[in-house]
Amino acid sequence: MEKFTKLKAIVAPMDRPNVDTDAIIPKQFLKSIKRSGFGPNLFDEWRYLDHGEPGMDNSQRPLNKEFVLNQDRYQGAQILLARENFGCGSSREHAPWALLDYGFRVVIAPSFADIFFSNSFKNGILLIKLDTQVIEQLFSDVAANQGYELSVDLENQTITKADGSVIKFDVDEFRKHRLLNGLDDIGLTLQHVDDIKAYEQRRSVEAPWLFN
Amino acid sequence: MAGKTLYEKIWDQHVVRDNGDGTALLYIDRQLVHEVTSPQAFEGLRLADRKLWRVDANLATPDHNVPTTDRSKGIEDPISRLQVETLDQNCSDFGITEFKMDDIRQGIVHVIGPEQGATLPGMTVVCGDSHTSTHGAFGALAHGIGTSEVEHVMATQCLVQAKSKTMLVSVDGEVNAGITAKDIVLAIIGEIGTAGGTGYAIEFGGDAIRALSMEGRMTVCNMAIEAGARAGMVAVDQKTIDFVKGRPYSPKDEQWQQAVKAWNELHSDSDAQFDTSVNIDAATIKPQVTWGTSPEMVVGVDNKVPDPDNETDDVKREGMIAALNYMGLTANTPMNEIEVDKVFIGSCTNSRIEDIRAAAEVAKGRKVASNIKLAMVVPGSGLIKQQAEQEGLDKILTEAGFEWREPGCSMCLAMNADRLEPGERCASTSNRNFEGRQGQGGRTHLVSPAMAAAAAIKGHFVDVTTL
Repeated sequence: MEKFTKLKAIVAPMDRPNVDTDAIIPKQFLKSIKRSGFGPNLFDEWRYLDHGEPGMDNSQRPLNKEFVLNQDRYQGAQILLARENFGCGSSREHAPWALLDYGFRVVIAPSFADIFFSNSFKNGILLIKLDTQVIEQLFSDVAANQGYELSVDLENQTITKADGSVIKFDVDEFRKHRLLNGLDDIGLTLQHVDDIKAYEQRRSVEAPWLFN
Repeated sequence: MAGKTLYEKIWDQHVVRDNGDGTALLYIDRQLVHEVTSPQAFEGLRLADRKLWRVDANLATPDHNVPTTDRSKGIEDPISRLQVETLDQNCSDFGITEFKMDDIRQGIVHVIGPEQGATLPGMTVVCGDSHTSTHGAFGALAHGIGTSEVEHVMATQCLVQAKSKTMLVSVDGEVNAGITAKDIVLAIIGEIGTAGGTGYAIEFGGDAIRALSMEGRMTVCNMAIEAGARAGMVAVDQKTIDFVKGRPYSPKDEQWQQAVKAWNELHSDSDAQFDTSVNIDAATIKPQVTWGTSPEMVVGVDNKVPDPDNETDDVKREGMIAALNYMGLTANTPMNEIEVDKVFIGSCTNSRIEDIRAAAEVAKGRKVASNIKLAMVVPGSGLIKQQAEQEGLDKILTEAGFEWREPGCSMCLAMNADRLEPGERCASTSNRNFEGRQGQGGRTHLVSPAMAAAAAIKGHFVDVTTL
């Protein structure tokens, strides 16, 4: 996993609640057996005017000019500003893979769905929950300023606006630690092989039917 | 000291170590594997030269991409075919038991786990699929995970988890005749919202839940994720134990006795404290139909399409307007005047024998309406299909004009050839009415199997209890 420390980048607004993982990456792209290459199909049904299928040359497809990520002012955005319950629905990790492949490293929203939340951090994407009023202000700021940027600092848990004002954010300590250091969860868990074996030893006596 | 909730009991029994940072290493008893969310996990194991920690804890089947028509021709779409072949190869390489596409035991992962006794009370069950919450119906702690976690469980048999908060949803009293588990859970989601359970494990209780069959409890727990909760669960009782008994993976003989004794403890203590609780009066629940693009956008069939003008919250109102626009609906239209084009009875929510019986009961001696382009019934597994055929349900359904298909996820998410065309409206027993879920531009209304069958017969939504 690529570590995350600081990022200063353009913010793109996704102004609708309950954006689900089917919208983030439609099902036909889940047929891939790879982890990469999902970026061109991020938000596929909103982003293009035709029906997308795996294997198409996406550079030749008709774009929905109205869609936020197709607008000139949001090109190069790496921070996504979103609404309530972002990432709800399916557990597909293809959703964070698509966001990451497109270039997003931070998503800011009032709330996120649980499985998406966990999946994103495991892929080096920082999700930041902020109060609805703060989010509302950010949406206004983004709308009012072409090329609007924010600076995110994970170590200090701050978002700094262009005018120098600072928004503090919370992040779980264990998620912060893993993200700052780009740690591999499996490697960490395998440091506790003896604990796992001891548990199995004990449990197979208590509940032998679980070990048939 | 206060007693423990069911969630806390199972959690405590599975803690391998406390990581001291708000997380614990939690032992996983069972992992179910399918073709869509596993290939990258197997690839990760290979790249790191890791093996499966416990091969026998895994059980696999292809379900999302499989055709529901003639299987002898294989899978036409080469990309789908490669994904299923990749699962076959991975299971073969790593030694995992797999019910392949031509095996009568093949089916939707969340149907075959319980059917095989591979899901047992008190277990921790995971799968790279959000509807893993289904297995909580057995008094198990079951939830969906992403592919990184699938790989983590394969390699370590554990997950790094932070404890959830606990919510009790109590459905009190009795439901009226004809009200099903699907109506109960849609009513719950309508009440608490699609994010109402975020951060919680929900325990479903109350007389109306206790009165449900195991199939019904699976339907309710299946949609816990649609209320935002990764895990839904129901306490163990005699129905649970009767269902589990004698299945291929269930314990036998002495171990059975020992297991039943342990399972009888799998309920929340009477003095257990939940972080929050919600009460719903079962008698008020009507047959439910969703009208929008989120499962919380739901009303009784005797109701009308809601009017965004009555919504005071700006974000919600905008969401309603967008949903009505996508769904091609006008505010204040009576739900029972909405005509449908297709009917889908199936999915991990409603494809079990009880669901097929309910559909057949409505279809018996009737005909699918002329405006219906397709009405299909997709059993959850090969064994359910066989049982339904033994009961003559397939005949009743096909005589009425329904198509009787091979088992799989099918048009719940349309990864195979079964899908809606743009603008088509569907009465569906599945779990998600998101934009494009059943096919780009498709319009999904979530209902129970009986309500879906009734919509097929009438050509529009109708209160099945008045049919």
